[in-house]
Amino acid sequence: MSAIQNSIPIFADENWRLPSRGRVAMFSLIIGESAIFTIFVVAYIYYIGRSTSGPTPSILDIPIFNTICLLSSSLTIWLAEHAIERGRMRAFGAWWALTIVLGLVFLAGTAQEWARLITHEGLTIRTNLFGTTFYSLVGLHATHVVVGLVMLSLVLIFTLAGRIEQRHAERIQVLSLYWHFVDGVWVVVFTVVYIVGR
Amino acid sequence: MFTIGAVPALAEGPQATPSIFAPASTPAHEIYGLSIFVLLITGSIFAVVAGLLTYVIIRFRARGPDAEHEPPQIYGSTQVELAWTVIPVLIVVVLFLTTARIIFAIQDAPEPKSALEVTVIGHQFWWEFRYPKLNIVTANELHIPASTRDAPQPAYLHLLSADVDHSFWVPQLAGKTDLIPNHPNDMWLDPRQPGLYLGQCAQFCGIEHAKMLIRVYVDTPQQFKAWVKNQQQIGVEDSAAAAGRQVFETQACVNCHTVVGTPAHGTFGPDLTHLMSRATIGAGAAANTPENLRAWIHDPGTFKPGALMPAMQLTDQQVDEILAYLSTLH
Amino acid sequence: MADQTLPIPGSLRATPSRGAALLEWLHGWVVTVDHKKLGILYVVYAIFFLLVAGAEALAMRIQLAVPHNHFLGPETYNEFFTMHGTTMVFLVGMPILFGFANYLVPLMVGARDMAFPRLNAFSFWLTAFGGLLLYFSFVGGFGLYGMGAAPDVSWWAYAPLTAKAFSPGHNTDYWALSLIVMGFGTLGAAINTLATAFSMRCRGMTLFRMPLFVWLMVVTSGLTLITITPLTAAQIMLTIDRYLGGHFFDTQAGGSATVWMHFFWIFGHPEVYVLILPAFGIASEVIPVFSRKAIFGYPVMVAASVGIAFVSVTVWAHHMFTIGMTSVSNSFFVLSTMMVGIPTGIKIFNWIATMWGGKIRFATPMLFATAFLFQFLIAGLTGIMLSVAPWDWQLHNSYFVIAHFHYTLTGSFVFCIFAAIYYWYPKATGRMLSERLGKWHFWLFLIGFHITFDTMHFVGILGMPRSIYTYEADRGWNTLNMIISAGGLVQGIAVLVFAWNLIHSYLHGKVAGNDPWDAWTLEWSTPSPPPVYNFAADPVVRSRRPLWDIKHPNDPDWKYEQ
Repeated sequence: MSAIQNSIPIFADENWRLPSRGRVAMFSLIIGESAIFTIFVVAYIYYIGRSTSGPTPSILDIPIFNTICLLSSSLTIWLAEHAIERGRMRAFGAWWALTIVLGLVFLAGTAQEWARLITHEGLTIRTNLFGTTFYSLVGLHATHVVVGLVMLSLVLIFTLAGRIEQRHAERIQVLSLYWHFVDGVWVVVFTVVYIVGR
Repeated sequence: MFTIGAVPALAEGPQATPSIFAPASTPAHEIYGLSIFVLLITGSIFAVVAGLLTYVIIRFRARGPDAEHEPPQIYGSTQVELAWTVIPVLIVVVLFLTTARIIFAIQDAPEPKSALEVTVIGHQFWWEFRYPKLNIVTANELHIPASTRDAPQPAYLHLLSADVDHSFWVPQLAGKTDLIPNHPNDMWLDPRQPGLYLGQCAQFCGIEHAKMLIRVYVDTPQQFKAWVKNQQQIGVEDSAAAAGRQVFETQACVNCHTVVGTPAHGTFGPDLTHLMSRATIGAGAAANTPENLRAWIHDPGTFKPGALMPAMQLTDQQVDEILAYLSTLH
Repeated sequence: MADQTLPIPGSLRATPSRGAALLEWLHGWVVTVDHKKLGILYVVYAIFFLLVAGAEALAMRIQLAVPHNHFLGPETYNEFFTMHGTTMVFLVGMPILFGFANYLVPLMVGARDMAFPRLNAFSFWLTAFGGLLLYFSFVGGFGLYGMGAAPDVSWWAYAPLTAKAFSPGHNTDYWALSLIVMGFGTLGAAINTLATAFSMRCRGMTLFRMPLFVWLMVVTSGLTLITITPLTAAQIMLTIDRYLGGHFFDTQAGGSATVWMHFFWIFGHPEVYVLILPAFGIASEVIPVFSRKAIFGYPVMVAASVGIAFVSVTVWAHHMFTIGMTSVSNSFFVLSTMMVGIPTGIKIFNWIATMWGGKIRFATPMLFATAFLFQFLIAGLTGIMLSVAPWDWQLHNSYFVIAHFHYTLTGSFVFCIFAAIYYWYPKATGRMLSERLGKWHFWLFLIGFHITFDTMHFVGILGMPRSIYTYEADRGWNTLNMIISAGGLVQGIAVLVFAWNLIHSYLHGKVAGNDPWDAWTLEWSTPSPPPVYNFAADPVVRSRRPLWDIKHPNDPDWKYEQ
């Protein structure tokens, strides 16, 4: 081993920089998750208009408020990243908490929407093909929001306990990538379900 | 009528071994011609590359003291890489164009007016054949007339499924086409030589997929006419089998089976109106003999465990009576 | 003496009992996060299931040796062929390739471990648990026919056969759920491999100086990300259909059976490339060393591998030529499938060019690698035959297809795995595998393989379909089936010889030393087996073959590499 080090000329001005493993891993995870979502989106699009009976997408209300909340949370989490990079921990905590609140509002809005669909419109996952594809796709996204919120809350707890410092900025950025992904997926789901499909 | 053995290439008639290299109908012929062309190309590729590889492992084997020194290290060559990229690309172009032509010729062949239309419905684990223009419904054994050059009469099959995926494969007559629920398909056959052609279901469809056999009887025009006439007849009341008919009609058989001209209108199982005109029972599970038929009625699991017809717990006498009745259904 | 019979806890002289030492040793394996141990766990796990799935195959072949046999009933046979395929792909193929990746990638890039050691362990145990869940199905339920509830819907599990209506038992559920669990394990392993290769390379190792095995594992891992996930998605949809009343594949409610086919094969075709690409990586390590030459055309090999991965996601519907797609669709998939043969062929030519002008030593790893070249050539050519859609309308779902994919999976993938084991076993254990037993293993397996799978092409051409538990006696298939079954027995014996070699050599094999094959990549610079930290000092490299540079200081690679 030392033989290798001694026999091979080392070029002192060689800058040896490698991408961060956290970033590579998160990108890879996002690629894999995108593939899962793509399959559900393709199924949704293919099955538009093919239900043989039951409620149609016309019963959907466009969730504008919900969407604004979720997409704003991407902005707030970016502001949080910005803050921790500069060591402004209190600002970081505030923006981070706001992100979680916005995410929770989104989930509450989704729950409200589903309650209305189930009780007033009679649409469940087993009602017809529209119900199956709608709840599966929106539900898959909501599940990812829940997982994201769990991770974000963990970080918030550590922040409140004073354990997060500026040197953790990179890891925070990797986690934020996931959150941005979840928001990006919502853009696609929203477009497919509430605009194209309706 | 039958020839034994897998004689490739030029056998035109039906064979006991359903070889894809013994085509007897235009789609199968087209495929066969294409396959020989492809074999020639791939065979040549094999000869060249395997030949090279054989040469290399003999010529460049490490021998004796010479094995001590490392050979000259060659890291690559752009010209060589280019050469063995361009040649495969050209081969692919040729193969693709040839293949595409045959795809369109077979799949998109326009249906002539003289075509015989048959609707094939796949069931677990039997075949339903309906001739809509002739008002015939039968099972498992398909009769079509031979198609000659002067009087072409291809059979156009419309493929449907009552339950899961199946596939209609009679190798000597055509490539297989799947029967998929809610997804109708079409295929055609135009066999020249009369005789019996064999096939079976080629898409795994459940426990007795292996025993969903197909018998295609290619008839001469006279044979076909006679067969049609027989199939179109309504069963004649035979007083000798009245007891059996009574049992048949009261013992739930009518829930699944149809005998035209009687109260039996069930469609879950095969149409039995002309059961005795068929050579096998249970979609080829057994020959259509009285002993086999008795055993089948008593318990289909004797030949085909997992068949959807239940053992009806009939007494021996009931079985005998039903057998006597069914034996009159010619 | 007193202090030896009564060890005092915490005493420096305390000698643990043999039972305690055994527990300690086992505990070490269970909690390990060391990539080398996890790699070995994956490989041992896979070899165990290779024997199980092989036994399933032998049982099937006994049933098919004569027509109308009664060795296995229809339900049992259907469970066996489903489990044989599912096991070989998910419990043998995937674990063993990620096992090799785990063991070798950090060593080959000069790192001390994988990027995420705990994720590594988690991924392994997910895979292991999923496999146990799958096999629990044999005993966990009485099943509908009293044969246990092992999956019996074939490994491609077409809808609507898998719907509750047609598969009311739990067989399908075991299939879907265990594979979903294993899928997450695979995803973790893929992410780890990518992060390791991109972020943990030693100084001087640019991407284009990584060993080709690492490159192929990078490409494989990337492909895995978009291959396993469609299957997971489809299986979630299937489970929603079966348990929440969903209608994804419910043809009576507007759902579609063909959508399942598309989703499954969007997974299924790239999956076979996930399996074969690491085999290519193994060949690209073994062939140069035993030919005593650098690999011919390294950059082209990298480009071809990436090209294969990209094209492989465009070919899936060549498994669906018979479902009634339009002529245009069929033609597209003919073209894309033929195109994937081009980079694949280029790789074969590069391997032959590597051997050309070399001084080939036919030790056991090279025997397997050479047979791989012949067999993969044939597999590729029968693949071309199958890509010709009209011919596929005859060959699809016949024994010709089974012959083709066993040529790729057994004849190519498994042969490369055997080469890899003979090549790297000395590194992992410190002992050489017996060359004598290795040659017996090789020749027996080669002969048995060809007896079985060459013959299988013919019985397919004679019209015998697959997935059938018996066949008619008057179709001319009897003798050929008997021959096929006989070859299976020969292969079984060969694998037993191999298993014996593994065990016997571990105890009595010749001591290997660091570098028994006179090779050139970083893993051969460590002791055999390597210490847990791999390298005492982080390596620095200047070319693709760092050990060649050391052994040939007057003629190092970095003077010639482009």
